[in-house]
Amino acid sequence: MTEGKSMKKLLVLGAGAAGTMVVNKLRKKLPKDAWEITVVDQETEHIYQPGLLLMPFGTYEPEQLIKKRQSFFPKGVNFIQAEIEKVDPTLNKTFFKDGREIGYDYLVIASGTTPRPDQTLGMSDPAIWYKSVFDFYTLAGATALRDALKNFNSGRLVVHITEMPIKCPVAPLEFTFLADAYFEKRGIRDKVEIVFVTPLEGAFTKPVASKHLGMMLNERKISLESDFVIEHIDVEAKTMVSMDEREVAFDLLVTVPLNMGADFIERSGLGNELNYVPVDKRNFLSDAYPNIFVLGDASNIPASKAGSVAHFAVDLFSENFVDYVNGRPMTHNFDGHANCFIESGNGKGLLIDFNYEVEPLTGKFPIPVIGPLALLKESRLNHIGKLAFRWIYWNILLKGRYLPIPALMSMAGKVQVTRKEKERLNANN
Amino acid sequence: MPTIEIAGKQVTVNDEGFMTVYDEWSDEIAKVLAAQVEIELTPRHWEVIHFLRDDFKKEGESSTSRHTQTVGGFPIKEQFELFPKKPAKKMSYIAGLPKPKGCV
Repeated sequence: MTEGKSMKKLLVLGAGAAGTMVVNKLRKKLPKDAWEITVVDQETEHIYQPGLLLMPFGTYEPEQLIKKRQSFFPKGVNFIQAEIEKVDPTLNKTFFKDGREIGYDYLVIASGTTPRPDQTLGMSDPAIWYKSVFDFYTLAGATALRDALKNFNSGRLVVHITEMPIKCPVAPLEFTFLADAYFEKRGIRDKVEIVFVTPLEGAFTKPVASKHLGMMLNERKISLESDFVIEHIDVEAKTMVSMDEREVAFDLLVTVPLNMGADFIERSGLGNELNYVPVDKRNFLSDAYPNIFVLGDASNIPASKAGSVAHFAVDLFSENFVDYVNGRPMTHNFDGHANCFIESGNGKGLLIDFNYEVEPLTGKFPIPVIGPLALLKESRLNHIGKLAFRWIYWNILLKGRYLPIPALMSMAGKVQVTRKEKERLNANN
Repeated sequence: MPTIEIAGKQVTVNDEGFMTVYDEWSDEIAKVLAAQVEIELTPRHWEVIHFLRDDFKKEGESSTSRHTQTVGGFPIKEQFELFPKKPAKKMSYIAGLPKPKGCV
């Protein structure tokens, strides 16, 4: 360190996928004699979240999905294990629950989003929670659900989304397809009724994908209950009741509870009504403070809350950040690019690739070496892609190494929808 | 974007019939759009519509049902009573605003 020149402090809150990628990318770009980088998390275990979807079906054991967070931080990054009480953006300080505090010059919030069953009346009631009602976005939920599925031999399985936005928006559909294949394999599919309940108008948010995925539900004899906004769960009757008083009874309910950003965001006065921090969707700079950026699921950008989005976002952010702190304009604008494999059961999967403006389309997705992958269409290769991703995640993605998928979406290979086709899709909604 | 005539005025709409130009909207147009989705506007409906219009101006995007509940003070249950079946979509449609983004 040069005499008289003080170190700049970058503080990253959250060491999940986004936070871990940020410290890896920026430690390479920011000189060690000028920048101190610290990352904070309340947990020391990093969970491979995409694996949680497959856990209830016995694909993984919990220990295959967990690694130490510290093993993914590069040299020259400090790690603090602490629960965050609040951020005071006027003092540029973060306060921890144990009374410690830390100052920063720049803050990156990457504290994600969490399922909150307590936010829906009746959902977390001990008489049903983890007995007949489960989530699968947590290790505890996915593990408990695996045992419940094993013992489920007949009856009504309901898969349910409480409210958008949710983390990995295709996961509930994937779970439904996988459950269909799972019961088929056990030879009891005819004894199980499967219902997919969603607050959306159809199977998915965007018309082309909604049509394809809706047809896949149909083919599998899975009924769809749309526009269902849950009001409460009648615990005794094991029934979900909607705002407009429709009822859906269940023997086994697999729900995606309301997703919310971290509570410290609310205590810090930084969030909207779901504790997501409002930012510029092109560069993730906070609307309110010029030294706060928000990456991953914690912001309010209208993109999927998914690891692929966080990955593309961090790639662009790390370029922008170096420009920004040197007084140059940020030129690497994010387009909302997401790229998700969708498991469809029986060793097959689909791939979707889209951004803020372009909805998921059919066609081919070009990828070096492996060859093009089919978009919005079931294939064996897409399923293999999904399984291979666990290795890529641990070994390439988190460490900020190069992956040959561009951060910005490309139209190459995609089949565009004509205006006429669009009107027809909308009319069907 | 196509234009159609509503209440004697040319207005710009998208493929789904949602208005796309904020200032082309008027109370008269709202009444016609409400009738299209079989809603007769009461004073309480107008309170919601005016909240949505003001909120869009402030936020730059259409309010979600939750935002309308938390910030506007209109419980989601009441939104369903006033605008049956698909409140978020119908509210934006009548208020001349884009369909709220169901985030993917």
